Amino acid sequence: MMETKYPTEPLKCWNKAKTLRENYYRDFAEAHDKGGLRWAGGAWSFDAIPAGLGDDVYSLTGEPYGATVAYNDKFALECQEATEARGFARDLCSYMRNYWGSILINKYAWPQFSEEFPRADFIWQDHICCSHSKWYQVASNLEGDIPMFSIDVSVGPYEEVTEHKINYIVGQMHDGIKWLEKITRRDYDDELLIKAVKNEFRSCHYWSAICELNKAIPAPLDEKTMYSLYVIGTLRKSAQWTADFYEKELYPEVKDRVKRGIAAVGNEQCRIMTDTQPPWAFLRIFRYLEQYGCVSIGSLYTFGLIGLWEEKEDGSWGPRSIPEIEITNRDEALRALAEWNLSKPEWQHFYHPKLKSDMMIRIAKEWKLDGVFLHFNRGCEGLSLGIAENRLAIQKAGIPTMPFEGNMGDEREFDLERTMKRVDAFMESLGIEKIDLK
Amino acid sequence: MFEQFKSWYENRHDYAEKWKERTGGKVIGTFCTYVPEEILYAADILPVRILGSHEPQDVSEPHIFAMFCPFCRDCLAQGLKGRFDYLDGITIAQSCLHIRQAFTSWDIHIPVDFKYYLPHPMNVQSPHAVPYLTEELKLFKKTIEEWTGKQITDDDIKRGIEIMNKNRQLLQEVYELRKNPNPPLTGLEAMYMVVSSQMVDKREHNKALEELLQKLPSRTIENSGERLMIVGSEDDDTEFVAMVEDLGADFVIDDHCTGTRYFNMNVNVDGDVLTAIAERYVKRTPCPSKDWPQLVGVENIVSLAKEYDVQGAILMQTKFCDPWELTLPKVKEELESIGIPTLFLEFDVTVPIGQFKTRVEAFLEIIREEDLF
Repeated sequence: MMETKYPTEPLKCWNKAKTLRENYYRDFAEAHDKGGLRWAGGAWSFDAIPAGLGDDVYSLTGEPYGATVAYNDKFALECQEATEARGFARDLCSYMRNYWGSILINKYAWPQFSEEFPRADFIWQDHICCSHSKWYQVASNLEGDIPMFSIDVSVGPYEEVTEHKINYIVGQMHDGIKWLEKITRRDYDDELLIKAVKNEFRSCHYWSAICELNKAIPAPLDEKTMYSLYVIGTLRKSAQWTADFYEKELYPEVKDRVKRGIAAVGNEQCRIMTDTQPPWAFLRIFRYLEQYGCVSIGSLYTFGLIGLWEEKEDGSWGPRSIPEIEITNRDEALRALAEWNLSKPEWQHFYHPKLKSDMMIRIAKEWKLDGVFLHFNRGCEGLSLGIAENRLAIQKAGIPTMPFEGNMGDEREFDLERTMKRVDAFMESLGIEKIDLK
Repeated sequence: MFEQFKSWYENRHDYAEKWKERTGGKVIGTFCTYVPEEILYAADILPVRILGSHEPQDVSEPHIFAMFCPFCRDCLAQGLKGRFDYLDGITIAQSCLHIRQAFTSWDIHIPVDFKYYLPHPMNVQSPHAVPYLTEELKLFKKTIEEWTGKQITDDDIKRGIEIMNKNRQLLQEVYELRKNPNPPLTGLEAMYMVVSSQMVDKREHNKALEELLQKLPSRTIENSGERLMIVGSEDDDTEFVAMVEDLGADFVIDDHCTGTRYFNMNVNVDGDVLTAIAERYVKRTPCPSKDWPQLVGVENIVSLAKEYDVQGAILMQTKFCDPWELTLPKVKEELESIGIPTLFLEFDVTVPIGQFKTRVEAFLEIIREEDLF
């Protein structure tokens, strides 16, 4: 085996990340055994709010669950066919179809914790994509009318936020808390809410700080690894275990890797980013890139799905600072939570592709990239929104792009061989050759 | 009797250009029926809905990923081909993601003097939706004032509401006649009538409707086929409607944004005018993209089917239209539960008439057999 250009080593906290994720799915399945509650909703839902019902309230966020199903292609196909047999179109969100399919065939993606799909006690969702609330409207119906509450957050881009937009969201949040008290018959604890909001600030801040460290050459993390790390924030961004993991374990370790020049890809000679969710059943494509010494440093998706960002004094993009505010009551907590979330990078392109193109071009420059892979993802209307315009804008900025078509959760719509051929052609166009790894 | 409406529909661009010449006014293209046209009329602006042309096109592919609905790509194509070059501005009220892309790509590539993205509540079932939209309407009004250089008074808005309400009221009156055992108009005529109202000056349209209503009640046409309902995505597929009615069936009611959803509720002026407008746009029959957590739209469809004594329903869904893909299985279930058979068809920009004809014939045979036995 030839010596690599940069030293590499496994992440020390890798197993911890795996354990946190497993615990999450176990806790949801076993919540009722402990007298706890289960709720289901999207990864972007305001999970800090149900946290005020107690420490024994466990969630199942739909998108990471749909991705978990997708990774197991045989199970995913079983879910998708069950959904289609029920009359739903196969071009709908593939996470959603995987989720509904799990309900319909009554199988949980984590059979070691529950063979049957665990029914949630209530649905707690938010809405910015057309599929968000409708996803759970159907899920509620399929599972026998689970009570559902959803909060519309689609009030326009962060740069145009005004008081009345915040009021609209916060008004729904207050109603949501009353609704939670009513359907769970529990008293709501504002102190738990405030604690969860602060945890969320930390989770989002430190995840961005970790991604920022990938500006280093060599990059300390590659995107395939990042998928197993960012997911923690999509499960429970307001949990103390998430915030602590990012702040106290992952961030110091990645910082140390940068200091010591530890690379994710030992022969790094080409840096790219991707866009939108990957085809989860085909992550080996990232290993194929390594043959070219190519590292994907992440994407707006991995950076900005949970991480929040801001322009720093030196003009660079960095983690959004944790608000230095005193939160003393429910209304203050909800306002801070709404305002914080509205700056989410992945919420901006819902209003105009230009907002996303600008962020992507910025990443390409600051993270010193050679090109951008754009996954025209048939499985997600929300994150593929405006992607064709993003491609044009990135090209116009002088950055090479490689579009490829696929589906994050439905393997029937992804052609691995053809995509690898596209990678070969793209690398050739960049003048990058495969490295002899023998 | 309906020639005028058909002519407006077919010659929409000529009409708008002549309207500009005649009045010296501005024309704004609208991308969705959630745009509060009342405020545009108050500012003496002509709102014209941007619809597709149902022709194959090759210009939108670089701008909108092919997994998004053909309707939004067809709309953008009209702009890219220069067919709306007379527009002074464009605006959209937030609804589905698909049509939003037609607006944003138009914004990037087709120069217009004025563009406005109107954030519009998606949670229309929330009590906070009306106050929120009212504030958004204030901003919209202010921006229009700045653009035109003319203040919009409450009286102006009341005038805008009056124009719109009158149009809605007249359309509702015509639709009432479709409840008759022998409706005096066909589904195709109704489609020309409603869609043209989204393209021409409502004051002229109102005049034409008033004249129509003088004659329509006494009109008799050969119209005794199966009473059908058509439900689904944006629909101005006149060729399809004509084909179905040529087979002997009659469309007597619809649930479309080019039909009842456009005009089925008036603005109730009682108090603040912008709040009144907000109330109407929040409480109208929702587009399925806004129809949650309760499925109010499905209840409305079932209710219309009963009121209009429908014997069968054609569920037409534009390919890739997520909001309807998420809703139609429930519509099918609910209609069939009250004994109304359904036929699901997926539409693209062009309609495969031969193929659809075979399917509709089979559907009508099923209904006719049920009548027989």
